[in-house]
Amino acid sequence: MHIVVCIKQVPDSAQIRVHPVTNTIMRQGVPTIINPYDLFALEAALELRDKFGGEVTVLTMGPPSAEDSLRKALTFGADRAVLLTDRFFAGADTLATTYALATAIRKISTEFGPPDLVFTGKQTIDGDTAQVGPGIAKRLGLLQLTYVAKISALDLEARTIDAERRSEGGVQILRTRLPCLVTMLEATNQIRRGAMADALRAARAPIVKWSAQDAGVEDISKCGLRGSPTIVKRVFAPAARSEKAALIEVGEQPAEALIEAIFKRQPPLEAELATLARGY
Amino acid sequence: MSTAPKTPSQAAGGRASTKKELPEHFKAYKHVWVFIEQERGVVHPVSWELMGAGRKLADKLKVDLAAVVIGPDGEATQHAAAESFCYGADLVYMVADNLLADYRNESYTKALTDVVNTYKPEILLLGATTLGRDLAGSVATTLLTGLTADCTELDVDADGSLAATRPTFGGSLLCTIYTLNYRPQMATVRPRVMPMPERVVRDTGRIVSHPLDLVEDDIVTKVLSFLPDRDSAKSNLAYADVVVAGGLGLGSPENFQLVRQLATVLGAEYGCSRPLVQKGWVTSDRQIGQTGKTIRPKLYIAAGISGAIQHRVGVEGADLIVAINTDKNAPIFEFAHVGIVTDAIRLLPALTAAFRARLSPHSRDRIAS
Ligand SMILES: Cc1cc2nc3c(=O)[nH]c(=O)nc-3n(C[C@H](O)[C@H](O)[C@H](O)COP(=O)(O)OP(=O)(O)OC[C@H]3O[C@@H](n4cnc5c(N)ncnc54)[C@H](O)[C@@H]3O)c2cc1C
Repeated sequence: MHIVVCIKQVPDSAQIRVHPVTNTIMRQGVPTIINPYDLFALEAALELRDKFGGEVTVLTMGPPSAEDSLRKALTFGADRAVLLTDRFFAGADTLATTYALATAIRKISTEFGPPDLVFTGKQTIDGDTAQVGPGIAKRLGLLQLTYVAKISALDLEARTIDAERRSEGGVQILRTRLPCLVTMLEATNQIRRGAMADALRAARAPIVKWSAQDAGVEDISKCGLRGSPTIVKRVFAPAARSEKAALIEVGEQPAEALIEAIFKRQPPLEAELATLARGY
Repeated sequence: MSTAPKTPSQAAGGRASTKKELPEHFKAYKHVWVFIEQERGVVHPVSWELMGAGRKLADKLKVDLAAVVIGPDGEATQHAAAESFCYGADLVYMVADNLLADYRNESYTKALTDVVNTYKPEILLLGATTLGRDLAGSVATTLLTGLTADCTELDVDADGSLAATRPTFGGSLLCTIYTLNYRPQMATVRPRVMPMPERVVRDTGRIVSHPLDLVEDDIVTKVLSFLPDRDSAKSNLAYADVVVAGGLGLGSPENFQLVRQLATVLGAEYGCSRPLVQKGWVTSDRQIGQTGKTIRPKLYIAAGISGAIQHRVGVEGADLIVAINTDKNAPIFEFAHVGIVTDAIRLLPALTAAFRARLSPHSRDRIAS
């Protein structure tokens, strides 16, 4: 079995800067981590590999420094790492990102064997869109299972996968066919720490590095900023509220004073709360 | 597999198309659409919130507002269509087919993509729910158009472009995004970000039906079963009028009970900051914030919560924010309306007792006896 896991290196902190001219985020100098949701995806993939055999390939698109995240993924036990890096990819929105990643997965498919499963995290913590997974699936013509909390069954003979998918108001249990793309929810499993042997191997392991051309990108205008239908026109800080909280004195009866302040500010609340409270 | 790659000839340096140069074939795209999300016969309230936002955009553009209702052939879907008119739809596009009883990406993507390609909307809005995001990502990629996720504000510019504003980097920045030269312009919006518009009883108007053109065998994915969140309180946080939440300042899971007790007395929902979920004190469906729920209550009481930006973005829509924190410099006092600098572990029980006494004088006797 072959599983491809897409991961993204994301800034670890809120100290980010915005390029004054292009209005794009400047990531230089900000500490980075593997997007936390992608770690759940990686863990799920490694568990399946440990159970069913096969290989896990991690893939990321990013600057050359994204190699750090791939090495980290190797220490956790991934078998192979592919870095898709080229200045042509810079500034990609979700549509352009899915074009590049889907192209790279096709290339991985010819070089290392077609994947039975492609995993991603449910979303990234910097972009937050939750759209790259579905986009890759569409580009590759794969079936998709998003917001998966648990893979309950995998049948490599019948080529089926059963998964618990979080949906509004409940959990859907779905069965679909391989190959398929899965986006993983958080907190579904323990992230492994990685064995010493893996850490040693990872330090020396070669990382496959592909430019747009190496990966077989046919139309460079579909990549990066040029291939992005969305355009960021303005980046700005949220407006600060001018007034700070009115602080209640902590006197003899602080609870009563606080309630007084609440009802003074919003008189209708008292009657509404009385109604709500009656229900209890 | 791919043919030999062309050598890239020029860098994608400049923003190739920041000017609006809408290709000829997109000029027929008109009107604002809202996808009406229903699962198991119930319309998700975010759809009506989006109808409110969509109405404003349509009025500004002087075009129609249409609802897109996709679901099984039957009463619930008809009802969703009728309700769309009460929330401002000028017309409804409907794909009703029993294959659409459960949400599945393949069938819903086909239904929505077909209607878009046939009737060509200029703007298409969906809720940023698990269903909406799953569907929006597939539809946008199929249509090769732009999609702006999790918007907090929608507007139209002087040239008629959709200006979609969304938080980025965990809410520390906002950015306004345009899809100038592709159609439709797609955006998703989280539940509770836009206010719920007023429902006005109106007669049903024009409904345009569109066929699904699929048979069950065409749809690979099967729904084996559905396990509803039986604990009905589970899904109510986002729509609660009153929310009491606790943070790490409470110090222990035992102390978190104080939050639950106050919530019970107020008939409120309870929530928490993210570290409490990570520590396993509270289940994840109770988390409020960027990676949790967005709330919009009339009253929000935060006890022992510092007010980090990721928490703030989830609560800013509250009418009245009350903060209890021992640190007078805690960021929560920057956006709370009323605050008290004190130990929440001591204040919460007193507050519970005082609210109980004030809201229902008889309950005091009941407890005393
Ligand atoms: C990608 C990402 C996503 C995130 N998403 C979310 C999210 O959705 N929601 C969320 O909440 N956070 C989120 N966070 C975490 C967020 O950055 C903060 O770490 C978190 O909100 C802090 O929780 P807290 O306020 O409970 O804890 P702390 O920051 O530890 O604050 C505790 C507060 O309690 C006060 N306190 C201590 N003792 C007492 C006492 N006895 N009585 C009263 N007050 C007391 C302290 O003064 C302090 O202000 C996210 C972070 C990241 C990186």
